Amino acid sequence: MVATLKNYRQRDTEMAANTENTAEKRRKAAVPDYHEQEIELGRETVGHVRCEEPFMVAENVNVHYGDNHAIRDVTLEIGKKEVVALIGPSGCGKSTFLRCLNRMNDSIESARVTGSITLDGADIYSKEQDPVALRARVGMVFQKPNPFPKSIYDNVAYGPRIHGLASDRAELDTIVHSSLERAGLLKEVKDRLDEPGTSLSGGQQQRLCIARTIAVNPEVILMDEPCSALDPIATARIEDLMDELCEDYAIVIVTHSMQQAARVSRRVAYFHLGYLVEVDDTDKVFTNPQHKLTEDYITGRIG
Amino acid sequence: MTEKVTTLQKVEAGLARRHRKELIFKTTGMIATGIGVLFLAVFFYTLLIKGSSAFQQSYLLLDIEFSADVIAPGGQLDLEYADYDGIVRAALRKELPEVTDRSERRQLYRLVSVGAAYQVQDAIAAQPELLGETRAIWVPASANVDMLVKGNIDAAIDEELRTLSDQQIGWIERLDEAGRLDLKFNAALFSHGDSREPELAGIKGAMMGSFFMLIVTIALSFPIGVAAAIYLEEFAPRNRWSDLVEVNINNLAAVPSIVFGLLGLAVFINWMGLPRSAPLVGGLVLTLLTLPVIIIASRASIKAVPPSIREAALGLGASRMQVVFHHVLPLAMPGMLTGAIIGMSRALGESAPLLMIGMIAFIVDVPGSFADPSTALPVQIYLWADSPERAFAERTSAAIIVLLAFLLLMNLTAVIIRRRMERKW
Repeated sequence: MVATLKNYRQRDTEMAANTENTAEKRRKAAVPDYHEQEIELGRETVGHVRCEEPFMVAENVNVHYGDNHAIRDVTLEIGKKEVVALIGPSGCGKSTFLRCLNRMNDSIESARVTGSITLDGADIYSKEQDPVALRARVGMVFQKPNPFPKSIYDNVAYGPRIHGLASDRAELDTIVHSSLERAGLLKEVKDRLDEPGTSLSGGQQQRLCIARTIAVNPEVILMDEPCSALDPIATARIEDLMDELCEDYAIVIVTHSMQQAARVSRRVAYFHLGYLVEVDDTDKVFTNPQHKLTEDYITGRIG
Repeated sequence: MTEKVTTLQKVEAGLARRHRKELIFKTTGMIATGIGVLFLAVFFYTLLIKGSSAFQQSYLLLDIEFSADVIAPGGQLDLEYADYDGIVRAALRKELPEVTDRSERRQLYRLVSVGAAYQVQDAIAAQPELLGETRAIWVPASANVDMLVKGNIDAAIDEELRTLSDQQIGWIERLDEAGRLDLKFNAALFSHGDSREPELAGIKGAMMGSFFMLIVTIALSFPIGVAAAIYLEEFAPRNRWSDLVEVNINNLAAVPSIVFGLLGLAVFINWMGLPRSAPLVGGLVLTLLTLPVIIIASRASIKAVPPSIREAALGLGASRMQVVFHHVLPLAMPGMLTGAIIGMSRALGESAPLLMIGMIAFIVDVPGSFADPSTALPVQIYLWADSPERAFAERTSAAIIVLLAFLLLMNLTAVIIRRRMERKW
């Protein structure tokens, strides 16, 4: 009986794969001394949380998973057409924060979000805000490539179809082709659009997922470690792609690779134990970190 | 260095024991499987040996004279009350003219089935132009003749202990020599309802009853079961109530089936006033029985859809309904269908709950609708197994073979559906 109930809840836990529950435990065992240090060093975020042209603004965001306080008082602005990288050790809350930005945490029942997050001035957690409409504006690319078990065409066409973005087949074709083109995948799949999306290689699948996301024409793209399952060549292609995409979209990317953060982002936010420790221009964070914890992390002493 | 050696030594010391344990486990497993296979083989062997003979039936070739005097006394065909028995008897007398004694003749008439008269009746009804003609027609022999032909009656034992007298056996041998007796395919088995006469009894009534019941069952339990599973998995909040529902569904799956029969009797027949012995009520009861099975199987297959697919759809802005109907349901469908078919085959083999709602009655007519009284295949098997006539024994086995064939067919369909629809992700 107990076993059945456990199974019953299992998917909840899986859905919260990116949550801090398990990571938190690991962290507690691994780096207890930093917990002390963090309290000593205070909770003020150092650097510049504000930016010139703010588009998405998080003010004093707190996230609880049941009793677990995963995000603590995070304030961060994300500008139009900039790439912000969220870095930090496992379980620091960066993925949780990312998932707050398009309300993906809604599907986890125990999650509770307080504080305010605004998109272009409008509160995304207000009662009037429909998460469906929000997610059409704030797209997401996941850690593991997750194309639908449908054809390549249908994968890209799915978003426009459900939102009714194309009035006829020709328009849909145009959207699909341009999205694949912008994701740098069109050349490779042009002749086999009706083959299943799952038949592609890992890197191609991830670009398909990006094409699927930009087909809806969002304003912000969230990327949750998009390259962690890819080889270096595929990673390089995705990074090039991000460089092009940031001309049109704001991109928030969670990454474990500091090199990647340094390559693709304009600003870097360093998370630690749910606190946003330091935010600044990428060059500044990597060459001259202001906070002791940031320095320890980028020099490899934590993580 | 020394430490490494000791580790190796320790491992080697235990190796023999480990291998021995593995060997013992493997042997036990093989023996267990062997016993299982052996039982299955014995079961199928006896069933086939006993049942296969029921697919054939002894027929007598009689020169039937469609005498106008008997059938159309007033110039008008009398299809209902004419003495068709008399016609058959006359034909039999013609074959064995030396039998003149009244009691001997009565013995002689027992060689042919009462169904022969119905056959003559049907023949003239279908072809009125036969009136006045004489035709050679194969009519069913009585069950006792059939048993003798199939070797189930031993002519060597004392006459008192047999159902056929020496004299009757002598007649049968003469008819056989004259080419008037033959084993033919037993069409009656598949085209007749139940009967007190084994040679006329068939499973069509039970098959139709089972068919109507399964139609009701699948039409109700699949949509309800799938809807319940989707709601419980995708939409219901996780709390004490949903846990309670979960526990109860699991418990319902384990409730003895006769209890569902009692429930059906109390609710559907006594309270709602639905007709008893009807496939409709049987189907409703079997729906209650299969619902938990289908819900559990459907929930399992919904759970098996990877969360990444849900997240992908949610991330694109699909609503929860769209996530379920565009992505989860197509991926879970093979599992759901498999669960439904397995539930159906359980329903097909169920007899206990049907006893409670009166589907055990002796019903000769083949049911034509959901409300007609009928019986079901497993119940028919039970009824026949209970009958004292020797000839019902082989028919019981034959009915079991037919039931098993249907079950196999359904399970095969489940496997094929699963193979066909399974998609990789």
